[in-house]
Amino acid sequence: MSERTISVNYLARVEGEGALRVRIHDRSVEEVELRIFEPPRFFEAFLRGRGYAEAPDITARICGICPVAYQMSACHAMERALGMTVEGPIRELRRLLYCGEWIESHALHIYLLHAPDFLGYPDAIRLAEHHPEAVKHGLELKKAGNALMRLLGGREIHPINVRVGGFYRCPSREELDGMRPSLEAALALAEETARFVAGFDFPDFELPYEFVSLRHPSEYPMNEGDLVSSRGLRIPQDRFEEAFEEVQVPHSHALQAVRKGGGSYLVGPLARYALNHDRLSPRAKAVAGELGLPPVVTNPYRSIVVRAIEIVYACEEALRIIDQYRPPGAPSVPAPPLTAPVSGAATTEAPRGILFHRYRLEPPGTIVDARIVAPTSQNQKRIEDDLRELVARSLDLDQEALTFACERAIRNHDPCISCATHFLNLELVRD
Amino acid sequence: MTPPHKPRLGVFKFASCDGCQLTLLDCEDELLAVAGAVEIAEFHEATSAGVDGPYDVALVEGSVTTADDARRIREIRAQTRTLVTIGACATAGGIQALRNFADVEEFRRVVYARPEFIQTLGTSTPIRDHVPVDFELRGCPIDKHQLLEVISAFLGRRSPNVPTESVCIECKRRGNVCVLVAHGTPCLGPVTQTGCGAICPAFHRGCYGCFGPQDTPNAASLVGKLEELGMARPAVARVFRTFNALAPPFREAADAAAKEAVAP
Repeated sequence: MSERTISVNYLARVEGEGALRVRIHDRSVEEVELRIFEPPRFFEAFLRGRGYAEAPDITARICGICPVAYQMSACHAMERALGMTVEGPIRELRRLLYCGEWIESHALHIYLLHAPDFLGYPDAIRLAEHHPEAVKHGLELKKAGNALMRLLGGREIHPINVRVGGFYRCPSREELDGMRPSLEAALALAEETARFVAGFDFPDFELPYEFVSLRHPSEYPMNEGDLVSSRGLRIPQDRFEEAFEEVQVPHSHALQAVRKGGGSYLVGPLARYALNHDRLSPRAKAVAGELGLPPVVTNPYRSIVVRAIEIVYACEEALRIIDQYRPPGAPSVPAPPLTAPVSGAATTEAPRGILFHRYRLEPPGTIVDARIVAPTSQNQKRIEDDLRELVARSLDLDQEALTFACERAIRNHDPCISCATHFLNLELVRD
Repeated sequence: MTPPHKPRLGVFKFASCDGCQLTLLDCEDELLAVAGAVEIAEFHEATSAGVDGPYDVALVEGSVTTADDARRIREIRAQTRTLVTIGACATAGGIQALRNFADVEEFRRVVYARPEFIQTLGTSTPIRDHVPVDFELRGCPIDKHQLLEVISAFLGRRSPNVPTESVCIECKRRGNVCVLVAHGTPCLGPVTQTGCGAICPAFHRGCYGCFGPQDTPNAASLVGKLEELGMARPAVARVFRTFNALAPPFREAADAAAKEAVAP
């Protein structure tokens, strides 16, 4: 009889504070716990009693890495509650802002957090000593995404220009044209990035994921589309709660989402790509083809290649939007007065996967109830399942090697732990 | 003779969104130069190679919301020569300080199915409430140019050049039209510290105070002006009670507005 424990007290190169504990007994994996000890941050409670117009700025503070995602889901949920429709150039500018965040966040993960694992370095600084060009490319790409966020949002972290109904100020044609050179350079760098990371050595590790993402009739999904899964789910995106539920577990300050009556599922780049490969832009599709990347990727280590393909997409899409842009007459759609209680929900695609918001409002515009389900809360259980499978297959590794393998497996999914601990599920306690 | 060692930099996180430490990684043009000038000894978000203290400079993000974190910040302080807090959470308790105005025991008891799993304090407090702090860099999030200035100042053992005047001064310098005077848009610029680049007025919106109070604010006067512009008292209280709710001038303004809001 033998007992073995793998523990990592503070996971590095992930956003936020998490730890890992695996217990193995007699060559069988007894327990896998992704412990999230980042302190709970009561955002849903703070939102109660605030005006609906305050939600985009307040929820942005859940995550410094993907604030635009929070602003987008909050705006769409409020607009649905208020019966507002936002179309034309304002809709396009939102998509352009999201492109900026995808580019920035994916470049950060690929070069600064994930690539060091494949190349054997503890971080990008030491990686830069031997691969200076690669790290410089990563920083250039990230900078191009940030420049887009700064132009449209005012700043890269917690943008100030997003409001329910649209923006405070829309850019001129000339301002957007000014972005073109850096985006064209970024597109070339993104293609190079995809080729660079596709050459990494990938462990043989295919998993039977249930992928969940949005799917739009014509676009690679960001702000709109139905909620779909690789096992046949298809529901309107505001009805997330019909198919998914969150459960509380003792070892974590974040709730874990599961499919109702089912198990874990995966959101994020692998899911979006698998469910929307046919919606990619021409160059993104061509690069994926050139690299022999199949339309469905089930090896989590290869998520680094899929992220690179999504950067190619985001650069190409940003250039398309800039080409077609005509400034709108007004920077935002006015909100109608609220005379009766209403509710509204929306899901958008954060860089790490679907982000659900639901609000209930009362006149004159006060939030009385809020619910937010972040991508990492949804992937948490799936990450534990990945680890269970990985440890079962790797029992012969020594302690140090197995511990490192587990940390790598977690970083494959780019978890954002700060996001995951925003929660307070008011619904849970009412029954 | 031993060569002088590179100054050792630690980056530490408490309750926060990670945005302020991300600001360091957002210095795309300067990151490798900074990394060349210091030894990055501790930075969980960026590296899996941790080095023990002592640290020459520690950048601390986030507020204290658990008993364990209250202990951890004292340990970091004991190993650090110059401790710099970065961002509204670390300098003023941040948005998490909204819990200080509510009953967290009740949140936890009523809201979580299994409250015993949740470890948290009833308050979110700035780092200086727990240990002496050498410099506080404001903002939600901080500004990257100010961050670089602070890092180079402390590495060069000089004081950082970080102005404490109001956003209004920056607006004039930038040539912004005053949104409050010209458009009647409620704006916290007159009482808020500069550093952001006056971006909200540049985007035709009022400042919402994310850098906290400037050095000589007259918040009482601004409360009157906001009301004149048609803002309801509860809305005035909320705008001061958001990202820097514990900063005394903002706290007093919010309390005054909230009190009068419920008076008959």
